[in-house]
Amino acid sequence: MELSGGEILVQCLIDEGVEYIFGYPGGAVLHIYDALFKQDKVKHILVRHEQGATHAADGYARSSGKPGVVLVTSGPGATNAVTGIATAHMDSIPMVILCGQVPMAVIGSDAFQEADISGITRPCVKHNFLVKDVTKLASTIKKAFYLATTGRPGPVLVDIPKNLTDPRVKVPYEYPKSVTLRSYNPHVKGHRWQIKKAVDMLLAAKRPMIYSGGGIVQGEASEELTELTRLLGYPITNTLMGLGAYPGTDKQFVGMLGMHGTYEANMAMHECDVLIAAGSRFDDRITGIIAEFCPYAKVIHIDIDPSSISKNVRVDIPIVGELKPVLAEMIELVKASDIQPDAEALTLWWKKIDAWRALDSLGFDRNADVIKPQYVVEQLWEMTHGDAYITSDVGQHQMFAAQFYKFDKPRRWINSGGLGTMGFGMPAAIGTKLAFPDADVFCITGEASIQMCIQELATARQYRTAIKIVNLNNGYMGMVRQWQEFSYGSRYSQTYLETLPDFVKLAESYGHVGIRIDKREDVRPVLEKAMAMKDKTVFLDFHIDPTENVYPMIEAGKAHHEMRLAPGVNTDTELA
Amino acid sequence: MSHIISILIENESGALARVAGLFSARGYNIESLTVAPTQDSTLSRMTLVTTGSDEIIEQITKQLNKLIDVVKLIDISESTHIERELMMVKTRAVNGGREEIMRLAEIFRGNILDVTATTFIIEITGEKSKLDAFLNTVGEENIIEVVRSGTTGILRGERGLTV
Repeated sequence: MELSGGEILVQCLIDEGVEYIFGYPGGAVLHIYDALFKQDKVKHILVRHEQGATHAADGYARSSGKPGVVLVTSGPGATNAVTGIATAHMDSIPMVILCGQVPMAVIGSDAFQEADISGITRPCVKHNFLVKDVTKLASTIKKAFYLATTGRPGPVLVDIPKNLTDPRVKVPYEYPKSVTLRSYNPHVKGHRWQIKKAVDMLLAAKRPMIYSGGGIVQGEASEELTELTRLLGYPITNTLMGLGAYPGTDKQFVGMLGMHGTYEANMAMHECDVLIAAGSRFDDRITGIIAEFCPYAKVIHIDIDPSSISKNVRVDIPIVGELKPVLAEMIELVKASDIQPDAEALTLWWKKIDAWRALDSLGFDRNADVIKPQYVVEQLWEMTHGDAYITSDVGQHQMFAAQFYKFDKPRRWINSGGLGTMGFGMPAAIGTKLAFPDADVFCITGEASIQMCIQELATARQYRTAIKIVNLNNGYMGMVRQWQEFSYGSRYSQTYLETLPDFVKLAESYGHVGIRIDKREDVRPVLEKAMAMKDKTVFLDFHIDPTENVYPMIEAGKAHHEMRLAPGVNTDTELA
Repeated sequence: MSHIISILIENESGALARVAGLFSARGYNIESLTVAPTQDSTLSRMTLVTTGSDEIIEQITKQLNKLIDVVKLIDISESTHIERELMMVKTRAVNGGREEIMRLAEIFRGNILDVTATTFIIEITGEKSKLDAFLNTVGEENIIEVVRSGTTGILRGERGLTV
């Protein structure tokens, strides 16, 4: 079969089984768009800004586990996509970005809409390619998907000069069945002896703690993690990226850890004697001050990426390997072991944890007249029985969502954890809804974040992706305001959004339903009303308490056991 | 302590930038970096001299290995190895100084590559410390220009860095 470069690209996507491609046309990709026009297998989602394309593809990838695919033009099209690429990179999300480039003859001449996107994205992709020969196009695309989806996943960008897609130049096409790279071996099996040593250490623990992260979700190892945790009877905490990997409503789950984690999770981290980290990377928002991180613990760390191990925290037993088989092997070893968890020590340990838990560090005033953001999320969780897909933006609302929506399944919680990208939530919800058209998809956001990609309301309308936007509107960049209150003497420098749009009218102008909510008693009925509108995107503008803060909190330079608790929560009470 | 990391890397455009970018992005030091194709034209060999604590060197090797273009690498300073650097020095050579500099070049097993009425160009190969010693001996006042290749190295014996 002889095809042009543009046709090759489209055929590659078809052969790769790509369902959706998120993009925005422009000069350098016109040939590719013409090839897209002539087929109906790959559906193109036209966004309103390239950042939206990357976030939508990202949401699609996070919810479905399949790679997200993006198509943008050269220059500004490509640079607009960078934030979304970096977002995917920080959270190890599989994504393939096809990017137009000026013709090879003018590369380097500062041509119109030229940008060295390979150079620009080099630090924020897993890998990138500049294709220089049309006969190498298909094999490069194959490599891109292979790299993006294997090992520690990540975004891979393919930079395609316009002359390579010229419809007049046809070359033989064959999509490679498989690909091998001599410099890349993603399938790493955990070292048997290390796994055995880890299990021995785990079984000898008196105060064990399981700390798991996004790697469990990406590595599809949720089932194994859950089985191992239940088998051992140990407490487990999830990182922001790992929520849902272990059922959030389970008794053994002590909540999220880290800066805005629960008191019990962080105290248990501080006092544990054996810590097993699975698919988590000791991010600074997790560890607090490194010097005082888990001072009594021996640390086991399982990760597919060797560079994650001993990067921030020295570990005693490293295991490099894919989580699913490693955890499965651990389960077998625990089952076969003569030694079993120390029941007596564990009872004492749980007593201690339950006492910390009794503090109710996530408590808030449920009877307040004003709408508390926590209340909205809690009602949403109850109403959806914890079974909706929740995307979020970045800030206080993100933390409230993480704390109060108890995720029981992986891939239901979609947020930008690593890069912390405001503007992520709504396009990500569109991508999620496309992956799961029959599911309930909510975007929990704030009035500041939502405006960063507000233009994608048009995309939601065009493709009838009926998402529900829960806007926790407090008129401030809430999280920044909170830091200013705590650390800058309440000098709210540039965090008050003096002029906000009327979100109801705004939503309506895009063809959606908009509802403003000011009273607590209206929260639940309005949520139910919105959910009942199955074929509509609904923008719910909740006017919430502008003074509410996210508690508890580990402030900068503090350790796990030095949490700042909500006013009124008293740690002086005798703890077991 | 200085570490000499030898790297076999795909001879692709951008490969060098990936390595250099990694060092600047993560705040690692590069003392010197040399790169040239090998007998296999699809591969380049890079020799990178860097400093850092054991933890940092461990991260550097892991992060380098993570680059898709990096095929293989080894920290040759951890085993018995030979390291060499090539230097060309343009010195002032006038009057009685000419004799003196020629003698020094001989002691350091240098070659005089170019002679003019007032200058010599001397080529010296050796370990970094030998090159430093030569420059010290000649004295800054006599040096017009120095160009150094950066260290390259190879393991002794059967062991080596090959695909």
